[in-house]
Amino acid sequence: MKIMTQLMTEDGIRCDGRRVDQLRNISIKVGVLKNADGSAYIEFGKNKILAGVFGPRDVHPKHMANQDTGILRCRYHMSPFSVTERKNPAPSRREIEISKVLKEALQPALILKDFPRTVIDVFVEVLQADGGSRCAALDAAAVALADAGIPMRDLVSACAAGKVADRIVLDVNNEEDQEGQADMPVAIMPNVGKVTLMQLDGILTTEEYKTCLQTAIGGCRTVYEIQRKALVEKYFESGDK
Amino acid sequence: MESAILDQLRSDKILELLKQGKRLDGRSLDEQRPLTIETGVIPKANGSARIKLGNTEVITGVKVQPDKPFPDLGDKGILICTAEILPLADPYVEPGPPTEGVIELARVVDRGIRETEMIDLHQLVLIEDKSVVGIFIDSSVIDSAGNLFDACSYASVAAVLSSTIPKYEIKDEAPVLVEGITSKPPVKTLPVSVTMARIGDYIIVDPSKEEEICMDARITITTNSAGNICALQKGGSDGFSVEQLIKCSEMALSVGTKIRKKFEQLM
Repeated sequence: MKIMTQLMTEDGIRCDGRRVDQLRNISIKVGVLKNADGSAYIEFGKNKILAGVFGPRDVHPKHMANQDTGILRCRYHMSPFSVTERKNPAPSRREIEISKVLKEALQPALILKDFPRTVIDVFVEVLQADGGSRCAALDAAAVALADAGIPMRDLVSACAAGKVADRIVLDVNNEEDQEGQADMPVAIMPNVGKVTLMQLDGILTTEEYKTCLQTAIGGCRTVYEIQRKALVEKYFESGDK
Repeated sequence: MESAILDQLRSDKILELLKQGKRLDGRSLDEQRPLTIETGVIPKANGSARIKLGNTEVITGVKVQPDKPFPDLGDKGILICTAEILPLADPYVEPGPPTEGVIELARVVDRGIRETEMIDLHQLVLIEDKSVVGIFIDSSVIDSAGNLFDACSYASVAAVLSSTIPKYEIKDEAPVLVEGITSKPPVKTLPVSVTMARIGDYIIVDPSKEEEICMDARITITTNSAGNICALQKGGSDGFSVEQLIKCSEMALSVGTKIRKKFEQLM
């Protein structure tokens, strides 16, 4: 039988000790891979995710190339050892769907028209997963794209909000995702002011929907500062190079 | 195959009309195409529906059969929703493994029915942790003319509403079918999916194939009978502003109410 964890104490402390409006610890490192044109490593709570970017480069297979614009491809993949029970390494339907929504979340930030007949490949590897991995993956991928020197309109910053123990909370963790009432991953282009990824699982009233969206966007803005700091650290402050 | 030039001209025309509050097929911005629902079209299935949303046409069949529960969900029956675009539905669809677009379609339809908790899965348990009833809802798009998300969702909901659940008895720890006794599925709420497209600054409901070609972004929102928002998926290669997302949620609720009335007639 399933043992229900208590997701929130009476004074609003969550199962991992956070307040309702508190993000997990996030750290981002830029330029962690030698062969990739751009790369980033993110730790988002217990999530450990690598992102590598290649391109713009020649398209293979060739028939995928577009004369009028560059194309973006994205692969989100979980390592077999990233979750409690071993995951079959073949891409699951969930991973294929996430690959698609990540691509569509990043695409508005890129100026692909400037690179016709080429492809930008974004590879994301979830080494350890802990709830909210698609948001963390997106945060790393956006930084990796910037690290690759690819022209961008804006960064893309992602964070989820949700409903746990009848309250709207920021940054849903694994336990809260499994047993909570709703999970809403959101990504924004912070300066352009557009929402480029949004999904929802779970039941919200219209008021909760608005609060949840605003809460998630608040989280995205905090993540954005961390992404910026990580890029500044690599490009303007790395004295030891 | 139509040329890219025609696509471009049509896109320009669509945008020009939107500025006057009109659409290519004469609909208003928040108007869906006519929806017709026919149920019981496949007698061998436990439930079925054939729906037309404009020129988009979907057949959904429900099969009910005993199964083992998922390891961590021993107190719930099984619910699986799939969707497929048949090669005969569209000149650009080929046989073979599903594309990411089709996988998304199936998962968004599944999410709408699952997250609204349309079916009370707790009532489908025969022996806890050992034997449960599974409800398999399989949709086939047979003619593709835009907004497959809502078409598959409506067909799935209609097929479930028209279905009958056979009775199973446990003999020697195995489920055995009891002939001649059926019941209605344990339906708790009616999910209604509403898909909207953003073209420029305009939000339109139920995009046609032509509108999908030139849309900037897409959003599917599923609501339940109580007026809550239960599932959502943004798609397409651009985004939405926060104001647009709030407007979309309001449109999903108001448009959804009309569709829900159609479902209520099936109950």
